[in-house]
Amino acid sequence: MSGGHQEQRPGQAPGVFAAVGLPPIVWLAALFIAPLAVIWAYSFGENRTLVDIAITGNWGSYARALKPLYLAILLKSLGFAALTTLICFILGLPVALAISFASPRVKLLLLLAVMLPFWTNLLIRTYALMAILRTEGLINSALGGLWGLVPGLPPFEPLPLINNNFAVVVGLVYVHLPFMVLPLYAALDRLDRSLIEASLDLGAGHLATLWRVVVPMALPGIISGIIITFIPALGAYLAPDLLGGTNSQMIANVIERQFRSANDWPFGAALSFLLMYLTFAALLLQSLISRRSAAREARA
Amino acid sequence: MTTGQSIIRFEGVTKRYGKVVAVDNVDLEVREGEFFALLGPSGCGKTTLLRMLAGFEVPSEGRILIDGQDVTQVPPNKRPVNMVFQNYAVFPHMSVADNVGYGLKVDGIGGSERARRVEEALALVKLDALGSRRPDQLSGGQRQRVALARALVKRPRVLLLDEPLSALDAKLREAMRTELCQLQAQVGITFVMVTHDQDEALALADRCAVMQRGLLQQVASPSDLYEFPASRFVADFIGSVNMLEGRLVVDEPDHAEVAVAGFDQPVFLDHGVTGAAGTTLWLALRPEKIELHKWAATPPHPGDAPPGRNVVAGTITHVAYLGSESLYEVALADGQKLKALRSNLTRWDQEDFALGETVWLAWHACSPAVLLS
Repeated sequence: MSGGHQEQRPGQAPGVFAAVGLPPIVWLAALFIAPLAVIWAYSFGENRTLVDIAITGNWGSYARALKPLYLAILLKSLGFAALTTLICFILGLPVALAISFASPRVKLLLLLAVMLPFWTNLLIRTYALMAILRTEGLINSALGGLWGLVPGLPPFEPLPLINNNFAVVVGLVYVHLPFMVLPLYAALDRLDRSLIEASLDLGAGHLATLWRVVVPMALPGIISGIIITFIPALGAYLAPDLLGGTNSQMIANVIERQFRSANDWPFGAALSFLLMYLTFAALLLQSLISRRSAAREARA
Repeated sequence: MTTGQSIIRFEGVTKRYGKVVAVDNVDLEVREGEFFALLGPSGCGKTTLLRMLAGFEVPSEGRILIDGQDVTQVPPNKRPVNMVFQNYAVFPHMSVADNVGYGLKVDGIGGSERARRVEEALALVKLDALGSRRPDQLSGGQRQRVALARALVKRPRVLLLDEPLSALDAKLREAMRTELCQLQAQVGITFVMVTHDQDEALALADRCAVMQRGLLQQVASPSDLYEFPASRFVADFIGSVNMLEGRLVVDEPDHAEVAVAGFDQPVFLDHGVTGAAGTTLWLALRPEKIELHKWAATPPHPGDAPPGRNVVAGTITHVAYLGSESLYEVALADGQKLKALRSNLTRWDQEDFALGETVWLAWHACSPAVLLS
């Protein structure tokens, strides 16, 4: 965005900001920041009794969170999130390009199709995915049906499509693809078409134009898409829980266990905040990059 | 300027968008080495015509030939033409030199030759020292030069210019006009320019095509367009004009007379008109071809018309002082208004005309352009 901070215009009522801004600020403070602060405090605490936590200011929970067992799960989560982001980018770029070059009517339909899954409950979507992937699911029964048509083949062995890492990545990609497509689309849609035409006019083919003009120009949007996909994928809970096997749990599943079955809130809090710090780092990176490109745009 | 044989030919080119006909059966020829302008109001199809030449649009019907080769279906990156875009379309993420070298780079022209040609092109547009700058550090005029250099460095057969001067301020536009002309003479490449600005077209082009609603109205040199317009649209679009509707009353081989409502005497013309007596026609009379005379009992006598002809009396209802000249609006007895333009030849005008003054308007028998449509 090229707009900067606006000076308050004369005649603009100062009360307007307070009246409009206060309710959401109070809401956020009471229901988001305060609980978060409590969890943050817990991360420096110790269990005294089953229900009593003393905030003692020790780093024990963090130290434990960085032990190889949990570090491995964290690294695995980062790996899942990175793979998901990569696949989303490879799938999302052509989709975003297609949408931004479609006619206005088709564009609306395509955007609707991308956003449609948002309007369905995540749990239901994940269950639907289970119905597709499981051993007697849609894919396997369809394949089995086809297999049965060919005489003389050995009995059909269903493909292992669920309760493994593959299913987790499929689920994560399915859920997070819109997070990638929408920022990419926004960046590509803003792209000055005459730059693409100029590149073609100067003798570049379509691939060269994509590589030398479209991607560099859309870079802020690409980085936004990557970060906006990566962060929620990193903290994903449902996909590994419902689609994954015993070996494919992610950090969010471990955190959930600490707060519920293990009843170790300080450790759960420390793991949560470890994830938060990573997220903050990613967001900081994004804002630095977007500030730099905004400054360049403002000068242009 | 020397102009040779045909370099571009449009043959029956039509472009439709759904039911809208943007370009309607255009036949047009551009000659080698000329500066050609496509002129018309917005939405007349001139930009579509240019974009079809560049390859960004494919004609619905007809063909386009460049150097005798049918390029109708050839994609833009394989055509021997290059374009200067209206907003210049300079790549913001590349330096000036990289912008200019882009077309050579994608053609696989490497290293020292590319560097040399980029340098030459930058020198051509007087940006020698700015090769390492980024586009956001350039003024609008400089960015246009980058766009020019970037297109010319490819040594195209034809350079296409889409409203090249419209984004510049008035002073710079004047300077750039001269420079574009010199540049074209220097590189000897055929230029095809799209513009809605008639002054720009008249000042720059060797020949102009005037378009309206997708149709080619007239193709001629600037002076022919101005003095010998083919239709009321062209007469009205190019410059300012008094359009008089009349009826042909006398038509002899060596003169003709046209009755115009509100004029005491028919307008006398010093040439014959093709048309039967009684035909409705139009006289296009340019404001600078109408003389203003101080009121006197006997009307003035324009040299080549019989006494009492081609003069009307009126009252000045508006004066617009334009510096080099003044534009007078004169109301005749029946209320119709004519515009007359008078050069301000002296600094202190003894013969000044004032608002409300009664005057004679007079014009020569050769001055009105006769239009049949």
